[in-house]
Amino acid sequence: MRLPLALLLALCLAAPGARAQDSKKEIEKYQRMIADSSPAELFELQGEDVWKKPQGPRKVSLERCDLGLGAGVLKGAYARLPRYFKDADRVMDLETRLLYCMTTLQGRDGAQASRTAFGTADKPSEMEMLSAYIAGQSRGVRLAPGATHPKEKAAYELGKALFFYRAGPWDFSCASCHGETGKRIRMQDLPMLSKPQYARPVVAAWPAYRVSTSEMRTMQWRMNDCYRQMRFPEPEFASDATVAVITYLTVNARGEPYRGPGTKR
Amino acid sequence: MAEPMKIRTTLKGDSADVRVLMVHPMETGLRKDASGSIVPMHFIQEVAVKVNGKLAIEGQISQAVSRNPVFSFRLKGVKAGDKLEIAWLDNKGERSQIETAIA
Amino acid sequence: MRAILFFAAFALTAPVLAQDVTGVLKRDFHARGQATMDRVDQDALQFVCTKFADKPPAELAKLLESDQMKTFVFPAGSLVGDWKRGEKIAQSGRGATWSDPKNAPAGGSCYNCHQLSPQEASYGTIGPSLLRFGKLRGDGPEIQKYVYGKIYNAKAYNLCSQMPRLGYSGTLTEQQIKDLVALLLDPESPVNK
Repeated sequence: MRLPLALLLALCLAAPGARAQDSKKEIEKYQRMIADSSPAELFELQGEDVWKKPQGPRKVSLERCDLGLGAGVLKGAYARLPRYFKDADRVMDLETRLLYCMTTLQGRDGAQASRTAFGTADKPSEMEMLSAYIAGQSRGVRLAPGATHPKEKAAYELGKALFFYRAGPWDFSCASCHGETGKRIRMQDLPMLSKPQYARPVVAAWPAYRVSTSEMRTMQWRMNDCYRQMRFPEPEFASDATVAVITYLTVNARGEPYRGPGTKR
Repeated sequence: MAEPMKIRTTLKGDSADVRVLMVHPMETGLRKDASGSIVPMHFIQEVAVKVNGKLAIEGQISQAVSRNPVFSFRLKGVKAGDKLEIAWLDNKGERSQIETAIA
Repeated sequence: MRAILFFAAFALTAPVLAQDVTGVLKRDFHARGQATMDRVDQDALQFVCTKFADKPPAELAKLLESDQMKTFVFPAGSLVGDWKRGEKIAQSGRGATWSDPKNAPAGGSCYNCHQLSPQEASYGTIGPSLLRFGKLRGDGPEIQKYVYGKIYNAKAYNLCSQMPRLGYSGTLTEQQIKDLVALLLDPESPVNK
């Protein structure tokens, strides 16, 4: 069947916008497909091995690590983070807490563990595997970060202030990209993270396997890489600043059922 | 650390939806590493699926499949408890295999 | 002088940031590559835009915008370069991060936020589409000056714009900005075809 010339012309003229829309539809289709079964599950299995492996000078596993619900209790623990921990007298997110357990329980070198916290496709890090495993244990649990302790409230306020703080040679804040609805950077949609409606589905999908780089990525990594692209200097792994921003985002996402480690482009 | 394969089966009547996740670098032989040298080809070439010892699917895979492949297929004429075996062979002659019962 | 008075007046009456965010950044961040710690200090513009959530009072904005306009450095001679080079510069997201070598040529990251050439489907929407920019506005000296200035220091036109001050920050060279002007204004540029 030959298309009428007018229709053909209309289709050609519609090209620029239409092609972007088609790309968007294909991306959404792809995201639905990869959400179903993801290499993230392999990281969960590997994380379980790491959790149970005796390591460090004390030759113990992480199985006595208290993630907030009691020593070794993993079911639902991730969904309650970040939260205040009395023994450390700090608000901690998952990776900060794991670092704490690695150093205090296993006697491992904290600086070394921080340096190797972000892996590569060839060599994923223990932090990434552990994050996937532990997060997976909160599947279906509603996000409920700590909200009552004064330090939890302070972390939220600090995170919020950091979110809107413009600086660096390009004058960026987190809000420069994540402060409006319906925007995207290249073809990557940008959620408005200051609003619960948009923060919820996104925060509930971290940590996440990134297909394009074959890497499991965590929230601490996301903080690091955002600040890099914002042209800031580098944040310290598991620092109060990073925990504060993660707290702000997670509190904005409060109530969302956690989906398990996600899969991204 | 062991390199796991993971299988998930969903039985619906007499057919099962199977999903297999594999750990494999699936190097195309075209990629360069940080020092600029080519990373050699290393990818799964053959995948075999057996049900109760009988070959059900045999597939040839190329470098076009990305790292950590996920294979998804449907088997007809199966029932709960049937033995499912999945094996792969890569271009270096390395093999891996996993067995499970269809559930 | 007026700017300082206005600023002081608004600073006293506007909502005060209860946090010492700069102090936290100084404590918890460290220099890496070309990303030095002075980057966490805010200049007046960044301070004002943060304080007023990018919606500063009109009078204050106008004053600070005119300060930004004083930073313009226009090249001698033509403001229009080569659009083919411009397209490459617009495509490149390199520059100014801690993973970029300090003296390597940077890009403008233009496609991160803008639509430009119609052939490029992968474009962002943080900024307006620039499709047919020159076709719609012409390519005379006035518009050339506006475009050059906008790329050099977008804040001179809109104080709290999210567009980086690509010239003022030293990210792009004079020639690179001229090439981007060409990308937008040259009738032969794909942007205008």
